[in-house]
Amino acid sequence: MADPRNVDIKDQPGFRTIAIICVAVLYVPILILMVFSFNTGSLVTHWEGVGFSWYGSALLNEEFHHAAENTLIISVTATIISTICATLAAIGMTRVKPWHGLSAAFMVINLPLMVPEIITAVATLSFFALIAGAFGLNFGIGNLILAHTVFCIPFAYMPIRARLEDMDLTLESAAADLYATPWHAFRRITLPLLVPGILSGAALAFIVSFDDFTITQLVAGPGQTTLPLYIWNQIRRPMTPEINAISTILLLVSILFVSVSFLIARRRAN
Amino acid sequence: MANVVSQAALFEAKAERAASRRNRLLSTPALVVIGVFGVLPLLIICVYSFLVAAPYGGVQWKFSTDAYLNFLFQRDIFDDTLQFTPDFLIIYLRSFLFAVVTTVICLLLGFPTAYFMATRTPAQRNWWVLLITIPFWSNLLVRTLAIMFIIRDEGLINNLLIGLGVIDKPITMLYTNFAIQLGLLYSFLPFMILPLYASLEKMDFRLVEAANDLYATRRQVLWRVIIPLSLPGIIAGCLLVFIPALGAYVTPLILGGGIHLMIGDLIAQQFGSGRNWPLGCAQALILMAAVLVALYFYVRNTSGKIQHG
Amino acid sequence: MGIAFESLVTAPQLPSRLACDDNQTGTHLPPRAGFLNGVIVPEQPGKNAIEVRGVRKVFGTGENQVAALDTVSVSIRENEFFTLLGPSGCGKTTLLRLIAGFDFPSAGEILLHGEDIAPLPPFKRPVNTVFQSYALFPHMTVAQNIGFGLEMLGKPKAEITARVAQMLKLVKMEALAARRTSQISGGQQQRVALARALAPQPKVLLLDEPLSALDYKLRKEMQIELKRLQHETGITFIFVTHDQEEALTMSDRIAVMSAGKILQVGTPHDIYDRPAERFVADFIGETNFLKGTVVSKKSGIATVRIASDAMVAAGFPEGFDPSGEVTVVVRPEHADLVADAAKGTVGGVMANVVYFGTDTHYHVKLDGGDNFIVRHQNSRSSAVAFDPGAKVGIVFEDGGARILRD
Repeated sequence: MADPRNVDIKDQPGFRTIAIICVAVLYVPILILMVFSFNTGSLVTHWEGVGFSWYGSALLNEEFHHAAENTLIISVTATIISTICATLAAIGMTRVKPWHGLSAAFMVINLPLMVPEIITAVATLSFFALIAGAFGLNFGIGNLILAHTVFCIPFAYMPIRARLEDMDLTLESAAADLYATPWHAFRRITLPLLVPGILSGAALAFIVSFDDFTITQLVAGPGQTTLPLYIWNQIRRPMTPEINAISTILLLVSILFVSVSFLIARRRAN
Repeated sequence: MANVVSQAALFEAKAERAASRRNRLLSTPALVVIGVFGVLPLLIICVYSFLVAAPYGGVQWKFSTDAYLNFLFQRDIFDDTLQFTPDFLIIYLRSFLFAVVTTVICLLLGFPTAYFMATRTPAQRNWWVLLITIPFWSNLLVRTLAIMFIIRDEGLINNLLIGLGVIDKPITMLYTNFAIQLGLLYSFLPFMILPLYASLEKMDFRLVEAANDLYATRRQVLWRVIIPLSLPGIIAGCLLVFIPALGAYVTPLILGGGIHLMIGDLIAQQFGSGRNWPLGCAQALILMAAVLVALYFYVRNTSGKIQHG
Repeated sequence: MGIAFESLVTAPQLPSRLACDDNQTGTHLPPRAGFLNGVIVPEQPGKNAIEVRGVRKVFGTGENQVAALDTVSVSIRENEFFTLLGPSGCGKTTLLRLIAGFDFPSAGEILLHGEDIAPLPPFKRPVNTVFQSYALFPHMTVAQNIGFGLEMLGKPKAEITARVAQMLKLVKMEALAARRTSQISGGQQQRVALARALAPQPKVLLLDEPLSALDYKLRKEMQIELKRLQHETGITFIFVTHDQEEALTMSDRIAVMSAGKILQVGTPHDIYDRPAERFVADFIGETNFLKGTVVSKKSGIATVRIASDAMVAAGFPEGFDPSGEVTVVVRPEHADLVADAAKGTVGGVMANVVYFGTDTHYHVKLDGGDNFIVRHQNSRSSAVAFDPGAKVGIVFEDGGARILRD
């Protein structure tokens, strides 16, 4: 049957215009931000010349290095832990015979998505303050890693679960029929087919951790600046286009990971 | 024969139990992490909200309902009477208003956009989705910064207007209610578009054709067929915008400059210069209560359909 | 994940007789002569490959219990092409799954060469399945798919390569060995699924409606292919289908199933010519049903008075003693028309003539009120043409009428 979407009758008047306006509105501010990062002048608003000078100074900046280092440590670690946890949980909770507490478990996993970030932030802050006060335990940057892991898990979980739900169940029957033990069936059939979902989930978890500001700002201790926090600190000083440059770098990282995640999802659909 | 009968059935039952055990075990790491570092902290702030503030931040372990009292009342230091102080309440109501306006405008703009996207060819659709997905996952701080960059006194808009001779002095847009509202709209528009698109994309457009075949005009088709069918997506999108907008932190922080507080930076203030953790916890829990109410209506409207398994 | 194959620790060791590997110590098996070289000597000629004894399968509990299989028993012989035939929901696929090991019977035994395999998980049964959806592993090539079973059995690489090559030749897919399975056509996928299931040389091959997704021409080709493969390999094939034509053309024996029960087991000839139950007669081919009363019996033939007071001589199933009210079945091609109503066993009026190219169906309204169809094969010399409204007589072939076990 021909796709009915090619017929005019579904077009609503004015919707195309609104769509284009929305996309424009969404992109113009960040494009302007990015464009001005190439301004070689020192005033954020006055255009002098075109160049990469601010990128240079940003990348040579000691504070920037430190923040980037912290960000990578936190985000990579949180991504790894959360992806592993999410993969195991997705396998145990998707397309299985319902076990006692499955719906409660599902709600717990999705909890970080439901609770506004500011609440999570102050709750996490209070938690670490409590255990530091009561037990003298302070994990240093581990506090941030743990806090990030919590909200990364649901983001990693979703694509993995989606991939599992799409998977043909008879493939596992076929594997068992062909003398594969449950472990072999998992390792040779389920896991390889799950990899795109896992990669997609890891990409999402990384972005979410990389970009986080609210929770990080409230929970971070001294010396635990991340890139978003670094930008925030810069805002409160006289602003130079260096901030544009750093912002652009962050945006490009986001775009990169989103595109990669998108392409992985597209490839498996083919 | 009886032994053999039960052997296979017993085997099946035993295998099922082992499978359940294994599945529970697999889910444990994730549940422990979120349970200990996500749920437990929430319980802790419940407890904290009933404690007394310590002088330099933190809490003293003495029971008190002062935090909740202070939400609406203030104790007069002279005659110890309670006076109704609406300051916090105003902030909550203002935030509520911001969130509602944001949701409505995002819906008015987002629905046509999502509909347009859903009616493109599959190849085009992928590009549109990518276009909307990128801002969705981009750094919120940076995006808010971009808005600030444009509307500040020395920002792009003012420079343009002055340059064109339309105005003499820069219009103050930053640090106003307008700025916060604009920032919220900008932040959450993709949050409305994507769920709407997901819902509209699954719609059977043959129904639209059928309606048209039965002499419905475009407007009637929109209101009588398309919108009712996409209601689940509309509700999901509204929820996905309303809740984060209500608890927004970054937007009022950057665009409100501390002058026009929303709930988010009000709460943060208690943990910073305000030095009143219990009050902050109480405020956070009141916000949480509002969120739960919104979620309750969502669950009810989707017939409590929780997907699991 | 939907299949319970956990408690392998307590499952019995696979008896050596059931092992796929021919070179087990302590057993003397005739060496396999290889697939392509004619008939393989079966292990125990004449014995039963699969015996199903009193198997029940219920789903759900308490009031919502549904019996997918209601105490079925059947024996399937070595080197046999056996078909489970029935409409959807009759339990044929459930039975196949029980034999394969994807489900466990609620009661009863399933014996493979005399050993009960019902408690064994599927990966311990020397039985392989060709799935309806083929279930080819999408991330592996054709060759890797075919070799998968042997890999899981731990066979040496050289042996796997050799066997895979053999299988590719068997199903004529050598050219596509390195292709991803998502890149080949439906018919090719089907053959790969077949090769994959045959490669580990199972004792029994199960086929779950494997041809249903193919178009007509391809299906006909594959039916011949499957029959040939079964002959060449000598493996017992258990074939599930709802297509009675398929069953009739391919099977050595057929089990007709309905609502969780096996109604009749027999050769295609038996099933078609001597249906024992009403369902079997109705499901297979076209049938005429006539109600009547038994008047007399003599040496295996009963005389039945039907509605129009005509007397019909009808055979009846062994071990069944017909009396009183019975139903007589007559296949349309086992009856003939005569222009003179008086010369026929039964008289009637021509209601409709339907032309089918190869045949013509004559719909007759009998004197007693029954509807009756007579099938004529069209030939050049098609004699008398009968017009609607004409009075005609019907004669039955010898042995054409049979009484159903009611």
